[in-house]
Amino acid sequence: MSELTLTVMRLGFLAVLWLFVIVAVQVIRSDLFGTRVTQRAARRNDARPQRQQAPPQQRQQQQQSSSRRGRGGRNAPTKLVVSEGSLTGTTVALQGQTISLGRAHDSTIVLDDDYASSRHARIYPDRDGQWIVEDLGSTNGTYLDRTRLTTPTPIPPGAPIRIGKTVIELRK
Amino acid sequence: MSSNLNINTGSNTTVSPGGLPSRRNTELAMLVFAVLIPVFAYANVGLAKDGSLPAGMLGYGLGLGLLATVCHVVVRRWAPYADPLMLPISTLLNGLGLVLIWRLDQEPNITTPALGGAMAPGQLIWSTLGVALFIGVLLFLKDHRVLQRYTYISMVVALILLILPMFFPARFGARIWITIPGVGSLQPGEFAKIIIAVFFAGYLMVKRDALALASRRFMGLYLPRGRDLGPILAIWALSLMILVFETDLGTSLLFFGLFVIMLYVATERTSWVVFGLALSGAGAVAVASFAGHVQSRVDGWLDPLARENGGVTETAQAMFSFGSGGILGSGLGQGYSRLIGGIAPKSDYILATVGEELGLTGVMAILVLYALLIERGMRTSLAARDPFGKLLAVGLAGAFALQVFVVAGGVTGLIPLTGMTMPFLAQGGSSVIANWALVAILLRISDTARRPAPAPAPNSDAEMTQVVR
Repeated sequence: MSELTLTVMRLGFLAVLWLFVIVAVQVIRSDLFGTRVTQRAARRNDARPQRQQAPPQQRQQQQQSSSRRGRGGRNAPTKLVVSEGSLTGTTVALQGQTISLGRAHDSTIVLDDDYASSRHARIYPDRDGQWIVEDLGSTNGTYLDRTRLTTPTPIPPGAPIRIGKTVIELRK
Repeated sequence: MSSNLNINTGSNTTVSPGGLPSRRNTELAMLVFAVLIPVFAYANVGLAKDGSLPAGMLGYGLGLGLLATVCHVVVRRWAPYADPLMLPISTLLNGLGLVLIWRLDQEPNITTPALGGAMAPGQLIWSTLGVALFIGVLLFLKDHRVLQRYTYISMVVALILLILPMFFPARFGARIWITIPGVGSLQPGEFAKIIIAVFFAGYLMVKRDALALASRRFMGLYLPRGRDLGPILAIWALSLMILVFETDLGTSLLFFGLFVIMLYVATERTSWVVFGLALSGAGAVAVASFAGHVQSRVDGWLDPLARENGGVTETAQAMFSFGSGGILGSGLGQGYSRLIGGIAPKSDYILATVGEELGLTGVMAILVLYALLIERGMRTSLAARDPFGKLLAVGLAGAFALQVFVVAGGVTGLIPLTGMTMPFLAQGGSSVIANWALVAILLRISDTARRPAPAPAPNSDAEMTQVVR
């Protein structure tokens, strides 16, 4: 075997080995750099069902609601904003997915708050694209304006939802 | 499910609520890659040694591919949310190990019948057994929390496995083998490390509050109460006994280190690490000053160029290998690590072959692969929801990390050489089988950890109440 071929193979093998390492690092990129914070582009109607967590019937709901929202409301809120508490300023786009709130690490919004339960509340769209907040049996309750929630309740635009020290609003 | 779901709409910053996709297709792609790399290496060795593609290349590639496929199918079916990287990395390391052993088998002077002949076919059989155990664990261990029930039984089993080799004759200067006449020999320490991790996890989960809370603060350290030092002292005594009676520094370091790691993770008290380092340092120095075998290892470490049997020590020879490899290596099949002699190049010193033939670049790649595997274990531990799973994952990843450190450190001359094997890479049946089982348990924990939480139960009130608009 010629010297050249062997040299090429030697370097090629090292390259392939490192390529594997780099691909592996790419796979776990989200672990290394945390939750991805993306600059939103203008693809508004491109909402797909997002969370695997959502049970099937809910996922259907999401699809329906997102398809409806396209023609539906100019009134529909587009983002959820945390206006008070340690997460102040955080926004989450509303795209028809269920948003879970709580101390559990897999919540959409992880509340670092002594008064929050691990699965505290969730916010989801109903069939007409109206956003509903539901308390999930939390210890200290979820408040819409001043009233404690007992049933899933539609969220009026701009109404503050209070969980412990955290206040959340839906905005356009 | 499709891969990373990140949907961008609108016009400002978004924290995307990323659900965890199962990533099985990623795993499949990585696995194909992980099988092709060793096949490439195999061809490379053949071309360098004989100038032609080795005859067994197709069969070898198919064999490795078959093992990988079976593993993947089992994971897809029985652990669908498991980590996507652990299986490909293990497969790649195991495949590279097989190639390196096969490559060393091509050297007539270290493949004499007296030294056991060719070892690659045997290693392939051991790997198959390892994969079989991997599949068995995934099939029969539906939930890792079952292991919690066997906390104290596993302590007894681990102790028996650790003590047993004392009654068998020493081989290569260390009593870490059990020899069963007619069947072969086995290194029980490799299995004991998994079993004892189960014990530590179960024990520390129950006792960690007592070990963490009852303490006084002194010079920035939390000093534990005297009686809470009991467990760490007991494990320390045990590890010293292993060092004295089995004359194996590696096993001893592994068990004590594993306990200190898990104690630290369970209690979050830095003081345990300080105590652990102090104890192991004191113990190692004390034992090294009177146990002959340990002493010779330390001497070889401090003065590798000392003359021994008419030549330099093996440590020095391994260093020569690394040195002649340089940055890019001499190329697979073109090194001289056979000069180390005996079967050591295939087992303890296999990293020296990597260093010579693949160079610093190759050694770094291999070490990064180990680091990635360990990182996935730690990551699994962070994601696990139950304290037992967290501790067990840390323990298994920690044992793996310690083993890699102890072997790589020994071969490169950072610490005295020990009698352990590089996981997956080195020749040795027990090691390969035990490490496949270890990866299987980690995959099971990560499957449980990454599995989506069940949706909250529908509220019975909510169904009866009309939503008022």
